[in-house]
Amino acid sequence: MEQAADRRVRVVLAEVAGQAGQDRTRAELAEQTRVGEALVRGLIRAQLALALRLAVVVGVGLGALPLLFAAAPEVGEVRVLGVHLPWLLLGVAAYPFLVVVGWAYVRLSERNEQDFTALVQRPEK
Amino acid sequence: MSPYTVPAIVAVTVATVAIGAYGLRLARTTSDLLVASRTVSPAWNAAAISGEYLSVASFLGVAGLVLKHGVEMLWYPVGFAAGYLALLLFVAAPLRRSGAFTLPDFCQLRLRSRRLRKLATVFVVIIGWFYLVPQLHGAGLTVTTVTGAPYLLGVLLVGLVVTANVALGGMRSITFVQAFQYWLKLTALAVPVLFLLLHWQADGRPAVTPAGGAVFPEPTTVTFEQDATLTVSEPTTVEVGADTLELAPGDHRVAAGASWVFPAGGAVPKVAEVATDSGLSWLLPGDASTDRGLFTTYSLILATFLGTMGLPHVLVRFYTNPDGAAARRTTLVVLGLVGLFYLFPTLYGVLGRVYTPQLLMTGRTDAVVLLLPSAALGGGTLGQLLAALVAAGAFAAFLSTSSGLLTSVAGVLSTDALGRGSMRDYRISAVVGGAVPVVLALNVAGLDVSQIVGLAFAVAASSFCPLLVLGIWWRGLTAAGAAAGILVGGGAALVSVLLTVLGVPLPGWWGALTGQPAAWTVPLAFAVMVGVSLATRHQVPATVGLTMLRLHAPDALRL
Repeated sequence: MEQAADRRVRVVLAEVAGQAGQDRTRAELAEQTRVGEALVRGLIRAQLALALRLAVVVGVGLGALPLLFAAAPEVGEVRVLGVHLPWLLLGVAAYPFLVVVGWAYVRLSERNEQDFTALVQRPEK
Repeated sequence: MSPYTVPAIVAVTVATVAIGAYGLRLARTTSDLLVASRTVSPAWNAAAISGEYLSVASFLGVAGLVLKHGVEMLWYPVGFAAGYLALLLFVAAPLRRSGAFTLPDFCQLRLRSRRLRKLATVFVVIIGWFYLVPQLHGAGLTVTTVTGAPYLLGVLLVGLVVTANVALGGMRSITFVQAFQYWLKLTALAVPVLFLLLHWQADGRPAVTPAGGAVFPEPTTVTFEQDATLTVSEPTTVEVGADTLELAPGDHRVAAGASWVFPAGGAVPKVAEVATDSGLSWLLPGDASTDRGLFTTYSLILATFLGTMGLPHVLVRFYTNPDGAAARRTTLVVLGLVGLFYLFPTLYGVLGRVYTPQLLMTGRTDAVVLLLPSAALGGGTLGQLLAALVAAGAFAAFLSTSSGLLTSVAGVLSTDALGRGSMRDYRISAVVGGAVPVVLALNVAGLDVSQIVGLAFAVAASSFCPLLVLGIWWRGLTAAGAAAGILVGGGAALVSVLLTVLGVPLPGWWGALTGQPAAWTVPLAFAVMVGVSLATRHQVPATVGLTMLRLHAPDALRL
């Protein structure tokens, strides 16, 4: 138990040390000034917009399939390499598609965060 | 039965329990375990998350549903995987930064309400139990299939092992064990399927949907557990004990307990009591062409896409990531690992049409993964070894998921309901938490594993998904709004699920609406949550700005 407490303190101290030299904008964020609040709102909006856009990509890419199969049953009869298309789409292609969308999200959301960090840590004019 | 099966199952169980007991000595409290696991890389962590997530429903259930109903059922695995994408997009990083360890923790951190915390606890326990029942059901089925012991014995035995394991220390939090379970499960499906495909190729690629319906590949004994009505399409001679029986085309009654041997090459009769699809309705997505079928498909998609984030045992694991960015990367790897795994159950379901068509008559299609290796490859050493491998994989699936679930359920029970979180409370909670689903599992012998799991997803998607999504992205959420949304949306889903599980017959659209409720209960939960929050706007916690900053500020800033 005591050992765990020791370890935890060390982590906190390290974080405090990392905060040395905190500039004004960062203080504004933490103190919830109007500038700080506006910055955070901007970040949240950017991240949410990104998540929603990619959710729409999946919604259209996968979610439209049942409608497509219902509206155009002949699509289901198409064979690729001897396998009916719905089996290939749902049994195989769906998974790499999901991974690619997820990969794009990780990249783009990290870029949003880098933009935010750069904005916050920009030297004061 | 393969002589290697029982040793393989015993080895998996003993290894799991032993590593759990050994790990317990290394780490005495939950926080110790967590501090230790913070040093784990995303790849290991992701394998551990996948190991815990891929349950009996994935390992056995998906193949069973594909065997029975065909291409429509592929939405289950796609949804189970896509759930991690929804988790990645909307929840992973902010949730990790919030520092919440369980869903009730999140309620308290974000909305500062102890009453909401209690309500969340109730739903965690309900969802946990709903998810445990099919696990135990699958375990009972596995024991019955591979050893011939009664279903009751299988459920009791395995329920006892898991409960004792969790109560006496639990193995769940040890990343290494869970990661190992993932690779074991993947191997246990991937290796046999390679041999099965080679065998199918060497066999001259028998048609999966032959023109005249499925045929028995070899003389097959079918034992009927209930009275059944067979529809025979061509004259068939079956052996009943020492006698032979000529079946003319038409309907024939069979009494429960009868054991008939069907000849090789004979057409598989249709059994009226077992709902299956055949021919084109199996091969093509035909169900969705009716309005009701389309509704059911979309409802299932919504439940599985949005339900994953609300499962109690999934959330806990995210705490082991060092920060939000790592949580994101871990989730992406999980998506890849889970997707890789789901390539295989489909093949079992498809090959099951060729080599184990008798399951379509008995309805026990969940056993297809267990039976296929010996059915296709015969009783030689190879077939027996592969049969033992899949049985061991099924046991790994069962042990990892149910231990993880029971640990989560016992955790919230001991801190929020039955006590104050002492080790003794935790043990009592584990016993209570394990006993209830065992009793329930004894009463659902006839249901499909994946189907019940799908219903648990529906309840999670209608209660915790709106709570998490709105809590993370919308400042206006209030405790009253969250509670109302969970009660109305989650409650409606729960009632529907109970009606379905209890088998209450409902006509037409009512049956579709309750059989797969997510398409109306999820929007309902969101609407009620937003509406009541707007009406109680003055209750928005004063600290919401700080909380939002904590959830969304990049980790590099260390705010």
